[in-house]
Amino acid sequence: MATLSPGFRGRSREAEPKLPPGQYLTHDFPVLSAGPTPKVPTERYEFTIGTETGEKHSWSWDELLKLPAETPTVDIHCVTKWSKLGTSWKGVSLDTLFEDVESAADYAMAHSYGGYTTNLPLEDLLDGQAWLVYEFDGEPLHPEHGGPVRLLVPHLYFWKSAKWVRGISLLLDDEPGFWEAAGYHDYGDPWREQRYQGD
Amino acid sequence: MARAAVSGRLSWRTATLVEARAENASARTLVFDVPGWPGHLAGQHVDVRLTADDGYTAQRSYSMSAPADGARVEITVQTVADGEVSPYLVDVLAVGDAVELRGPIGGWFVWRPEQLDPVLLVAGGSGVVPLMAMIRARRKHHNRSVFRLIYSVRTPDDVYYADELRRRARDDHGLEVTFVYTRFGEDAHRISVADVNTHGWPPELEPACFVCGPTGFVETVADILVALGHDPRRVRTERFGPS
Repeated sequence: MATLSPGFRGRSREAEPKLPPGQYLTHDFPVLSAGPTPKVPTERYEFTIGTETGEKHSWSWDELLKLPAETPTVDIHCVTKWSKLGTSWKGVSLDTLFEDVESAADYAMAHSYGGYTTNLPLEDLLDGQAWLVYEFDGEPLHPEHGGPVRLLVPHLYFWKSAKWVRGISLLLDDEPGFWEAAGYHDYGDPWREQRYQGD
Repeated sequence: MARAAVSGRLSWRTATLVEARAENASARTLVFDVPGWPGHLAGQHVDVRLTADDGYTAQRSYSMSAPADGARVEITVQTVADGEVSPYLVDVLAVGDAVELRGPIGGWFVWRPEQLDPVLLVAGGSGVVPLMAMIRARRKHHNRSVFRLIYSVRTPDDVYYADELRRRARDDHGLEVTFVYTRFGEDAHRISVADVNTHGWPPELEPACFVCGPTGFVETVADILVALGHDPRRVRTERFGPS
């Protein structure tokens, strides 16, 4: 076979152990969304967890802010190849929100204002792995980046961290969300480079 | 937000450059021959992977600028200052050289030749690339739906596909093209509600809107469309970042 991309040298190979395969570092905060940015006033904001039995647990914006807050600093990895290291957020651990939720479900579907959805195994939302965040870098989360509230699940590609998140429904069976039904990977582990179906 | 399912594994394929042309001082169209290419829809993109002698690889996504045509895959790449992949594709890769490519990717920002609704395309700079694929696909499939393109670009020298767009605006019945120059002429300005209102479609016609460009541009135009009364579900966006 002919040499691929002859003359390509690429950037320096300085070891970057925090960068998953196929990713490059960015210092910007690029945006990936499928449509217009929904403008959700905080006084109308509500977050709901719905179980497979139809039980609902809801929090208003004020109630969310009264819950114990955490300030995770995490690396984020977008399927469009950029990674950003050491991002700082403030929000509520999903462990806190799920404290009183009784469920036998294994799967979760996050729903957003504007109609976006993304699916995750429920266990990936628990045990200190996921947050509902409302601040980035000490500032209220900008609508472009998912404000007033987005999901943060940094160990998966960033499309799983649904912007403008309004709820999570618990499911006994896995269902594809928006990008997952359009050919993206069902799980999306950046360290196994699970970008698209079959990866 | 319904869309068709895509299935199957996306494997890396060898893509040999068979044709290249400069679009302007910083952008180049590259046509690859990709044996076994499964075809694609206008608006989809591909991942391109480069490999250095020592095995180091880098990959980026690029929108395709032409509709499916057998084994031909066409992209247009703008060189990014300090970029790792784009300067190589624009300045170094020669006809006969190969890279690796996989796709097609993306099932949302697409136009299908069986669509009959009016279409509004709004491009900011290099964001015109996937929209050009839609304009070309419309013609290729003899689709009669009415298309309007609003293309915001710095100066006439920065326009991609300039000759072809001029020719198509004249010859492709039902296609209108409007330029908004941000740094040229007395009327230089950033795209505004007046541009979108005058050169777009009224929301009552329920057009399919496709907006592509840098994040700030896309945010502005998508907000304008929603403010003008377009259903947000009919406004599809693609934001281009540096790569």
